[in-house]
Amino acid sequence: MSRFRTEAGGRVKRDKVLSFTFDGVAYQGLTGDTLASALLANGVHLVGRSFKYHRPRGIVTAGPEDQNALITLRRDAARETPNLRATQVELYQGLEAESQNRWPSLKFDVNAINGLASSLFVSGFYYKTFMWPRSFWKNVYEPRIRAAAGLGKAPAKADPDRYTSRYVHCDVLVIGAGPAGLTAALAAKEAGATVILADEGAEFGGSLLGDAVTTIEGKSTDAWMSDVVMNLAMSDKVRMLARTTAFGYFADNFVALVERVTDHLAAPSDALPRERLWQVRAKQVILATGALERPLVFPENDRPGIMMAEAGRSFLNRYGVKVGLRAVVFTATDSAYRAAIDLKQAGVDIQLIADLRARPPADVVDEALACGLTVRAASTLCGTQGGLRVSAAEVGEVNGDLTIGRKEVVDCDVVLMSGGWTPNINLHSQSRGRLIYNETTQNFLPGAPGYDNVSIGACKGTYDLSATMNEGYAAGEAAARASGRKGGMKKGFSSLGGLAMGGGHLGVVPHDRDPGRVKAFVDFQHDVTAKDIKLATREGFQSIEHVKRFTTTGMATDQGKTSNMNALAIAAKAIGKAIPEVGLTTFRLPYTPTTFGNFAGTARGDLFDPIRKTPMHDWAAAQGAPFENVALWKRAWYFPKAGEDMHAAVNRECKTVRTTVGMFDASTLGKIEVVGPDAAEFMNRMYVNPWTKLEIGRCRYGIMCRDDGFVYDDGVVGRMAADRFHVTTTTGGAPRVMNLMEDYLQTEFTDLKVFLTSTTEQWAVIAVQGPKAREVLAPLVEGIDIGKDAMPHMSVREGRICGVPTRLFRISFTGELGFEVNVPADYGQGVLDAIWREVREAGGCAYGTEAMHVLRAEKGYIIVGQDTDGTLTPDEAGVGWAVGKAKADFLGKRGLMRPDLTGPSRKQLIGLLTVDPKRVPDEGAQLVASAAPAKGSHALGHVTSAYWSENLGRSIAMAQLENGRARLGETVYITSLTGAAFPAVVADPIFYDKAGARIDV
Amino acid sequence: MHFSFFSLLRQAFAKHEGWPRQWRDPEPKPAYDAVIVGAGGHGLATAYYMAAEHGMRNIAVVEKGWLGGGNTGRNTTIIRSNYLWEESEALYDHALDIWQDLSQVLNYNVMYSARGVLMLAHTIHDVQVAKRHIHANRLAGIENEWLDPGQCKDFVPVLNLDPNIRYPIMGGALQRKGGVARHDAVAWGYARAASALGVDIIQNCEVKGIRRDASGAVCGLDTTRGMIATKKVGVVAAGHTSVLMQMAGVRMPLESYPLQALVSEPLKPIFPCVVMSNTIHAYISQSDKGDLVIGAGTDQYNSYSQTGGLHITQHTLDAICELFPMFRRVRMLRNWGGIVDVTPDRSPIIAKTPVPGLFVNCGWGTGGFKATPGSGHVFAHTVATGEPHRIAAPFTIERFKTGRLIDEAAAAAVAH
Ligand SMILES: Cc1cc2nc3c(=O)[nH]c(=O)nc-3n(C[C@H](O)[C@H](O)[C@H](O)COP(=O)(O)OP(=O)(O)OC[C@H]3O[C@@H](n4cnc5c(N)ncnc54)[C@H](O)[C@@H]3O)c2cc1C
Repeated sequence: MSRFRTEAGGRVKRDKVLSFTFDGVAYQGLTGDTLASALLANGVHLVGRSFKYHRPRGIVTAGPEDQNALITLRRDAARETPNLRATQVELYQGLEAESQNRWPSLKFDVNAINGLASSLFVSGFYYKTFMWPRSFWKNVYEPRIRAAAGLGKAPAKADPDRYTSRYVHCDVLVIGAGPAGLTAALAAKEAGATVILADEGAEFGGSLLGDAVTTIEGKSTDAWMSDVVMNLAMSDKVRMLARTTAFGYFADNFVALVERVTDHLAAPSDALPRERLWQVRAKQVILATGALERPLVFPENDRPGIMMAEAGRSFLNRYGVKVGLRAVVFTATDSAYRAAIDLKQAGVDIQLIADLRARPPADVVDEALACGLTVRAASTLCGTQGGLRVSAAEVGEVNGDLTIGRKEVVDCDVVLMSGGWTPNINLHSQSRGRLIYNETTQNFLPGAPGYDNVSIGACKGTYDLSATMNEGYAAGEAAARASGRKGGMKKGFSSLGGLAMGGGHLGVVPHDRDPGRVKAFVDFQHDVTAKDIKLATREGFQSIEHVKRFTTTGMATDQGKTSNMNALAIAAKAIGKAIPEVGLTTFRLPYTPTTFGNFAGTARGDLFDPIRKTPMHDWAAAQGAPFENVALWKRAWYFPKAGEDMHAAVNRECKTVRTTVGMFDASTLGKIEVVGPDAAEFMNRMYVNPWTKLEIGRCRYGIMCRDDGFVYDDGVVGRMAADRFHVTTTTGGAPRVMNLMEDYLQTEFTDLKVFLTSTTEQWAVIAVQGPKAREVLAPLVEGIDIGKDAMPHMSVREGRICGVPTRLFRISFTGELGFEVNVPADYGQGVLDAIWREVREAGGCAYGTEAMHVLRAEKGYIIVGQDTDGTLTPDEAGVGWAVGKAKADFLGKRGLMRPDLTGPSRKQLIGLLTVDPKRVPDEGAQLVASAAPAKGSHALGHVTSAYWSENLGRSIAMAQLENGRARLGETVYITSLTGAAFPAVVADPIFYDKAGARIDV
Repeated sequence: MHFSFFSLLRQAFAKHEGWPRQWRDPEPKPAYDAVIVGAGGHGLATAYYMAAEHGMRNIAVVEKGWLGGGNTGRNTTIIRSNYLWEESEALYDHALDIWQDLSQVLNYNVMYSARGVLMLAHTIHDVQVAKRHIHANRLAGIENEWLDPGQCKDFVPVLNLDPNIRYPIMGGALQRKGGVARHDAVAWGYARAASALGVDIIQNCEVKGIRRDASGAVCGLDTTRGMIATKKVGVVAAGHTSVLMQMAGVRMPLESYPLQALVSEPLKPIFPCVVMSNTIHAYISQSDKGDLVIGAGTDQYNSYSQTGGLHITQHTLDAICELFPMFRRVRMLRNWGGIVDVTPDRSPIIAKTPVPGLFVNCGWGTGGFKATPGSGHVFAHTVATGEPHRIAAPFTIERFKTGRLIDEAAAAAVAH
């Protein structure tokens, strides 16, 4: 093993060696390593390049907050994942990782030249230049900027992995499984609550995992943790979710978690999803999300090898990796001393501890001195040296007036820094909790929560281990009680060791370099330096949100976890305001970047949206029909015979219906059963038509408007009984109409005794249309006289067909003699088979939606949503006769009385006959007054429907035209996308059988 | 100071210490000739044109938070002018004209980038609607063209043209002059230019009341920074317009909803243009920084909460992943919402009100960023002269009473 791997200790499995590659170079690591720890174990610090200046970047933290260690992971061509953090990637056998944002190589990156011009490329420089010449922005400047920006590359192929989702409820959701979260979960469990414990890490234990010296209840942390975890895991009331990040906190304790199920496996089973979205509704939430260590902002603090002190400690204790051989520790906190001691004891040379504080706590210093460490108080780093790795630190004495005294260059291969701890209040803030600034600790702490949650442990600013565990246990007990469980238990925890976390420094440290020139980084990924932030405030960007947007600080892929407090402090100082006056930027979800797949879940391909199929779908498919998407439905479009194209098939179908008979699956039409003593009155109010006098057994064509008076839906309604209507709607409109009806029934018409049932899927509907329709049905129908007089047009009868109950409508959407056979859905196919036999016998055919459209257009029947578009009144749509003028009120009546709904500029639906009968206009083409309209000419209307009519041997069209009905016989011009506008004559929209003689037979 | 490469160079030698504030930070004066409420893009542009074109220099913009922090700073910045009705075409195309050299006029790089907006059609109904727009736009002299599926793929190589997906792509309408711009730069550019002309931009100043004199006319504003006297008030407050207008007793035909957007982590250039799909609810482009910028739908219920529903984001991303299945492994970095003010006909209101001296510019809903320069320009005219600009004239409040709607939702509203 390499000289950076310790002999023993840590949680890695020494006997399980794994091979992996980074940028094509083969390395070895251990089971239990992250990619970051494995690279460090091989002495690799340089892992990436920064966003703007392409400066070399190393691993800075050991956790999800790392800004630098972004890599692309490659399993196969379709499973290439950019921008992952090496600190979170668990090592597996054969892992292949690549660095990003560099060319041609990580060590030599051409774009690093940007750094040379960095005195030009300050924050916001692009707002001030690249404006001349105008065309250069799009063609020259922007493409170059884009090429240089971005981090990893998007995968090139469709992602084959699966993502699933679960919904769960629990009493107590505990987020974070460090000492606080573990004790909270323990208490909640003991109190009888159902608990979910989630932690983003692979193992439960949080900060304890990187701790080798502490004891709890007399046990080693390791032993204590295993006991607690085992205890929780044994309970069937506790769900333990490792590798699970709570990324979003929504209203009323609705929390979204993502579990990474297979990313850590070398060869995941196909049976497992890659990720699982947990949508949790918790009665109580306990936030135990810990604290994050902050970098110090000093000149040249970004070289590879400069990292967080606690990360150095964690790599050592958890992964058995020495992050370097010769370290300088630069700190403003007590905790870095612990790191120095641990590393020293592992054999790392600690050159010195430079403490920014003039008087660090004596006990902390004494312990370090006792271990043989050198401590210099009131010391700072004025700079660092090194190219791709830090090689020395310039340590300077800070005088009382903050000038720099004696300076010394100290060789090192790693700098461990600690600027203090920031409580991780992200989720508290997402949950609309208030934040309170604590002057002493210079931290924002959780204030009053927005929902039923509580923060405990380090995320609340409690750093003492025993206190944290006591707080955790008490919070777990309280949450269980608040969620209705018994509780009442008390427990105190004792621990020895733990981490002293006092101290801290915000903003730039004192140094003797030129602040206008030197780079002291605040946001490592985005190359934002202290001077950028000062520049922003100088230019008037003084709200913290402005500073963020102008400098892009905190907008890196860590969303400012490590940079925000420093940026805030620098901005506050520059403006001369107190930190809380300047305020934090809003915390936004997700907590850490979350895959699109996790959100999209199983919704892909056929599962993207529900597919609704009629009971006769498979039959139509077997006949070779292609299908059309109409709302969620699949509708048979046409039924081609061998050798027929769509055009030929549709022509044949249209002819056949008018000469013999056609069969059509109309099951997709919406159906609503309106029942109750006030059903007729309800219908009177919802539809423009009058219903009171509609006889039982008769049908009426109903038009529904919205309150604005414009046509909203239509459909035939049959009166089955005095108190019962069988309402049909358009295919796409069914859910909307049902909702609108319920809405009015429940909020406006509460005086009416009516109930509504959606029956769309209860009925299969087979339309039989054509001169031979009666002949086809006669042998199949029982108990209904379907003779001309016994069952006139627009009537409905109940009886049986093929031995099953039916509601048989005599209605027509083709203009021919027609019936619509409604049978319970399960009988649909059987009845269809029987009808189909008869239809074929009669020389008929099956027809699809396209022929249906042509046939109805030949008759001038409108399709709501195609010929109308929410801007036509019933009268304008040509169905004004349906309006019950005598009714006191109906939905849309007031809307219809508005003055601008009348007058010559209003459009009316009319027919159009192109002068060239062969020419079929585009649907959507505009109507104009001349063949060559000038640009900006007024449109008189537009073509809503246009077809070739084989029955008429010419094209037909319907259109909305201004004052259209007064223009019958006039010529208008129809626009074309390929040439000049062409003429058409305005006509009555009924093109075929104007008298309606064919229906009434 | 004039912004240019040379000023940047000069400042580079001076350690950038010579840059002045981009806008002044004045105390509110006791009185102004006119006050614009809301320092979003529309409010700032209004003030700028009032000063630049109507010579009104004693005016102010008051803003309850920080300028540009409303929907202006939250939107997905799609710019296009291929609207359906002549009134809208005139308005949005007027804006598109101004976008062309806005950077030069403001001396601020707003990064208007005409990379093309492609609106996909997935059903026969979509195709009809798209063609209707194209015919209407061409007639109006607005460019818009139909692409068949193959041409769509040429334009956006990462597009999924698989005919077996749930809603296969049947083509699209492309407006090449459409594109995106940098939202913050638009707000800042107008703020800087307006401030330079003497407009006072007063941030952290929330309007709490609208004062009216005995005749009922506007005479001042109560703000968190004191009373400001003025006889002309232009309310440009997006999602909070109804709240403000209520202060003058005017009830607005507006509903407010949360609308969400999100960005991915930055990626190397992969997405050349803007793609929109109304049918499956997704909008996407890639910023210069490399983030995929994605717009979602509105929540179904009225609300002032800026956290929209998770299921809304899910639906947006399932649509994005259906159209671009390689993006499933890409990760969301940030998700946020804004409150959009929606009118019954989905067109804005740029108008006088029943209260003398009170003007309103609102109702831009989910799509007003693109109109920012045009909206400011015509509203400045309206406020300055007291009479609506020719292009603004149809966008009255009264149209909802009289029925002369400009229904941009119309063509897409109902699927048969
Ligand atoms: C997520 C999302 C995506 C969008 N995507 C697009 C898109 O792609 N393309 C597009 O064209 N449009 C889009 N829009 C719409 C667009 O953002 C808006 O229409 C436009 O930005 C509105 O600008 P505005 O200046 O009117 O409003 P805003 O920018 O919201 O400004 C209104 C200002 O008024 C202030 N204010 C409110 N009340 C008061 C008060 N009492 N006192 C003082 N000040 C007050 C607010 O603080 C705010 O700053 C999107 C919107 C959202 C939310």
